[in-house]
Amino acid sequence: MIPAKFDYKPASSAEEAIALLAEYGDEAKIIAGGHSLLPLMKLRLANPEVLIDIGGINDLSFIEDKGDHIAVGALTRHRLVEQSDLLKEHIPLLAHTAGHVGDPQVRNRGTIGGSLCHGDPASDLPAVVLATRASLLITGPNGERKVEADDFFTDFWETAVAEDELLTEIQFPKFTGQEWSFQKFNRRAQDWAIVGCALQHSDNPGIGMINMGTTPVRASAAEAALKSGEANSDVADLADDGLSPPSDIHGQEDYRRHLSRVLLGRALDNS
Amino acid sequence: MSLVGARVVRKEDPNLISGRGQFVDDVKIAGTAHMVFVRSIEAHAQIKAIDVSAALECEGVIGVWTAENLELAPLPGVPGLERPTLAKEKVRFVGEAIAVVVAENSYAAADGAELVFVEYEPLGVVTSVNEAMADNAPLLYEAIGSNVVMEVPSPDEHQEIIDAAPHSVSMHIVNNRCAPAPMEPLVCLADYGPSGLTLWASFQAPHHLRNTVSSWLGIAQDQCRVITPDVGGGFGAKVNFTPELFIAPTLSKLLGRPIKYTQTRSECMTEMYHGRAQEQDVDIAFDDEGKILALRVMVYQDQGGYADPTGMGLPALTTTMAAGCYMIPNVSVAWKNIVTNTTPVAAYRGAGRPEASYLIERAIDQIAYSLEIDPVEVRRRNYIPTENFPYATHSEIAVYDSGNFAGCMDELLNIMDYDAIRDEQEKNREDPGKPLLGVGFASWLEIAGFGPPGSLEGFGHLGSWESVQVRIQPDGSAIIYTGASPHGQGTVTTFAQIASDYLGIEFDKISVRHGDTATIPQGIGTLGSRAVAVGGEGVKTASVKIVERAKQVAAHLLEANPEDLTVEDGNFSVKGTPAQTVSWAEVAWTSFRPLEIPEEMEPGSLDTTVLQQVPNFSFPSGAYGCVVEIDKETGDTRVRDMYLVDDCGTVISPMLAEGQVHGGVAQGIAQALYEEVKYDENGQPTTGTFVDYLIPAAPELPTFTSGRISTPTPNNTLGAKGIGESGSVGAPPAVINAVVDALRHLDVTHVDMPATPQKIWRILQGGAK
Repeated sequence: MIPAKFDYKPASSAEEAIALLAEYGDEAKIIAGGHSLLPLMKLRLANPEVLIDIGGINDLSFIEDKGDHIAVGALTRHRLVEQSDLLKEHIPLLAHTAGHVGDPQVRNRGTIGGSLCHGDPASDLPAVVLATRASLLITGPNGERKVEADDFFTDFWETAVAEDELLTEIQFPKFTGQEWSFQKFNRRAQDWAIVGCALQHSDNPGIGMINMGTTPVRASAAEAALKSGEANSDVADLADDGLSPPSDIHGQEDYRRHLSRVLLGRALDNS
Repeated sequence: MSLVGARVVRKEDPNLISGRGQFVDDVKIAGTAHMVFVRSIEAHAQIKAIDVSAALECEGVIGVWTAENLELAPLPGVPGLERPTLAKEKVRFVGEAIAVVVAENSYAAADGAELVFVEYEPLGVVTSVNEAMADNAPLLYEAIGSNVVMEVPSPDEHQEIIDAAPHSVSMHIVNNRCAPAPMEPLVCLADYGPSGLTLWASFQAPHHLRNTVSSWLGIAQDQCRVITPDVGGGFGAKVNFTPELFIAPTLSKLLGRPIKYTQTRSECMTEMYHGRAQEQDVDIAFDDEGKILALRVMVYQDQGGYADPTGMGLPALTTTMAAGCYMIPNVSVAWKNIVTNTTPVAAYRGAGRPEASYLIERAIDQIAYSLEIDPVEVRRRNYIPTENFPYATHSEIAVYDSGNFAGCMDELLNIMDYDAIRDEQEKNREDPGKPLLGVGFASWLEIAGFGPPGSLEGFGHLGSWESVQVRIQPDGSAIIYTGASPHGQGTVTTFAQIASDYLGIEFDKISVRHGDTATIPQGIGTLGSRAVAVGGEGVKTASVKIVERAKQVAAHLLEANPEDLTVEDGNFSVKGTPAQTVSWAEVAWTSFRPLEIPEEMEPGSLDTTVLQQVPNFSFPSGAYGCVVEIDKETGDTRVRDMYLVDDCGTVISPMLAEGQVHGGVAQGIAQALYEEVKYDENGQPTTGTFVDYLIPAAPELPTFTSGRISTPTPNNTLGAKGIGESGSVGAPPAVINAVVDALRHLDVTHVDMPATPQKIWRILQGGAK
C-alpha cells in the first residue's frame, strides 16, 4: 500500500493552484481531503507525478446565503455541510446526505468538491447535486465558468472540470418545496450505496440516482411522471427507466433495477 | 477474595490505549533494509521468464532475488506437496511469491517490485472443488495425477440403515471461504548477525517458529531467538508458515543487514491462509419421533494451491465433531482434500469445528422441517444426557468430557421469549409493512483445550503441553513466563488472576511475560482454545509448587510446621494463630539468602518451570438463539437479537470471556451474512479489499444477550474448557437456521452462506428453494 513517487506542491490560493496546474499539466492531480485519490494511489491505480494540495486554501471553505441560492465552497468538509444550519434550513437534502457519507473520520476530512470531482456514480453527493439542480463554478486560466449539474458528470470518473481547471463553488438553489428524501441501500453503515436515491419534490422535482449507471444519473422518466402528478407507485416503477445499472459483486443489474424502484417508492412515501 | 471469576480490568489495556504497545513494525533497528514481494497475477501458469534488470536500476534497490539466484529449501509442509519458498517454474494461486526486492526503504522496494516483469504462460484454472475433481481438470501437480491429494474413504456401512429408516434427508451445503484479516497483517524483522538470528514476527507460536526456522536455516536453536511482541490478532492464520518468515532471515544473513517485511492489506487478503472452504454431503436418517438413527458426512476440503499440514487436518476435525451434542448410534464420515488455484487454506478461528457444528445443526433443523416438530424439541430428543459423560463418540479422537446440553437450552429459553417471537413472526408475515422474522437455534459443541499428548504433534508442533515458569522476585512480587504467547486474548490478565489465587500474591504484584524464546521456556503457543485450559492450568500447578517451597521458608522464619501455614493477601500465617505471620516479601527475600533458609533448601528455589499436560481435550458447548429480520422488498437480512448461552466450564475472567464470545459471534454472523472470499473464472480474487470483502462492524451487529451454564471439565483442576473459538462455532448455524425459518412459509429448506440480500431477494421472487 505504498504509492508511486510523486512531487508535492501545496497551493495557498485558487490562483496558485491553477498556475500550478498550468505548469504541470496532465502530470498533476489536485488533492483536497484525499479520500478518493489516496486509496487509488496506494493501490497504484492512480500514479500522478505531482500532487497539488488545495487543502490549505481556507477561502474555498464556506457556506453562504446568496439570496436565491446557497453557495458552498468546494473545499467545505462533509462534516461542516452536515452541521450547517443554513443548509439544514434551505437545502435539507444536502445537509442530511452529507451525514451519510462514509464515517465520521471520512466526513471530517473529505470535501464536497473532492467528492463531486471524483465523479463516482456510487457516491452520495452527486445524486444530491442532480436532485437539487445545482450549478457548479469552475475556475481555469481563462477565468470562471458555470456548469449545470446535468452537464457536470461526463463519463465514468470524469467530469466537466478540465485538466487545467479547479472546481471552486457549488450553488444550490434554495429549496422551496416541503418534501425531500434520501435513501441508501448498503450492507454496512460506512459502505457506498449498492443503490441510492436522492429526491427533492417541488414544482420541478429532482431525482438523482446512485450507482445506477457509469455516471451519477438523473431518473428523468420518473421526474416527468412525478411532475405530471402520477401516483407514487407509478413514478417509482420508472426509477430505472432508461438507465443502465452495472452488475458487480454487490448486486446484479436486475437486483439494482428492483432496488431503485423500491428506494424511489420509499423516498416518495417518506417525503 | 478469589480473583478467578472476578471482573478485573485488563492489565494489557493501559499500554495499548495510550499508544505504548509495541508491534513488530514499531521495532526500528539502524541499518534495516526492506523487502517487498513480486507476487503472481496469474492463478495457474508456467513462469517463462523473469526480467529484473529495470528493478535493479531503481534508486535505492539493493537486490532482487528469485528461485533462480536464491537457493531456498521448500517451506516446511506436507511431504510430497512441498511449497517452494519462491515459485519455481510454476505458480498455483494469485498472490504467490515469485521474487523479492530488497531496498534501502519500503518505498524504493515497492517501486522496484513494480519494475520486475514476469512472463507467464497461463494454464487451465480450477477455483472450486467441483472444478478440481472434474474429468480432465487441469492438474496443479502433474506428478500426483489428481487434484485430490488425500482421500479418507467411508466404510459406508450404514447405507442399509439409512435406506431402512422411516425418514432421511440429504443436503449438499457450502461452508464459505473466509479471510482471517487480523488488524495487523503479517510483519517480520530478521536480524542475522555474527551472534545469530533474532527474528521479530507477528506470530502466535514463537517457539514453533524458532525451532522450525533454525532447522530450516541449519543453525542451532540457541543462536536463534524469536520475539513476538504485541500481536494484533491472528485468528489461527499466524500459526502456519508462509515464505516471508524464512526469506527475511535468509536475506539478512546474505546481506549482513536487518530485513523488515510489512505485509500490505492487499497482500494479506491473498497470501495469508484462508479458512473454511468446505463443501459437504450430509445424509441424516431418523425415526417418526425425530430420533436420529444415522448420520453420514462427506467433506470436500479446498486446500488452495498448496497443502498446509493444518489445512490437511481440517476435515479430520470436522468429521470428528460431526455428531455435535447428539446421541447418534451410527456415524460414518469420509473426506477428500483437494487442491485448487486459490489461496492456501489452514486454521481460522474454529478450524474445522464451525464446519461441523454448521452441518449437524442444519441437519437437525431438516428433521424439524420434515416432521413438523419444533427445532428445540428435536434437539431435546437427541441430546446426550448429562449422566452419560465421559461420552465416547464415533471418533477415537473425541471422548466428550462433560456437558449439560439440555441445561444450556433451558437457560437459553429463560433469557429469550420464544413464544413471543413466534407470535410476532406470525403477525409480521401478514403485515406488509413489517419485516419477515426468523428464529434459529444452535446447540453447538466444539473440541478445544489442545491438548492431550499427540494432539498438536500431527500439525508439526513439538508437543501438546504448555510451559509455565513462575519466578518469585526478592521483593515478593512474581513474574510468570508463559509459552502460550497471546495475540490479543488478555492472557496477561487471566494468568495473573490464576497466579494471584494460588500464590497468595496481590494481582498488582504479578507480571506475565511471553513472546521471547530467549527468556521463555520452550512453549507451544496460543491456538485451539488452549491457553487457559492448558497454560492456565500450568500456572496453577507451578504456583502450588512454589507455595509448598515458600511455606518451608516461612515455617522456618515462624518456627512453625509448613503444614500449619496458610497464605493469603501477601502473608503466610499459622492457622488458628493469625498474629503469627510473615510477609511474602520477607519469605521471598529470605529464599535468596543461603544462611537464613532451612539447611535442606537451595537458595533461589522459589522458581519453577512446568510443562503442563492434560489428559484429554475439553468440549465447550452452548445454546445460541438468533432472531433475524428480512426486508420483504429488498431481501436485506439483519440480525435483530442474539441470545448466547455458553458453557466453557470455569470462567477465569467474566469480562474477557464475554469479549471472546462477542468477537467470535461477530465473526460467525459475518460468515453467515457478509463475508465470502470469491474468485472469478480465471482465479482472480474479486474480494481483495475491505470494500468488497464485507467485514461487519458495530452498526451491523445487535446487542448480545448473554447467559451462562458452568460445567467444569474434569481434565484440568481449574475446570476451564476454553472459549476463544466458541462464538465462531455457534453463531453461523444459529443465523442460517433463523434465515431459513423466516422463509419456511415459502418451503425453503436451506440457504447457503453468506445470506446476501440479493440471494434472499431471489428466493422471495420464487427463484430458488
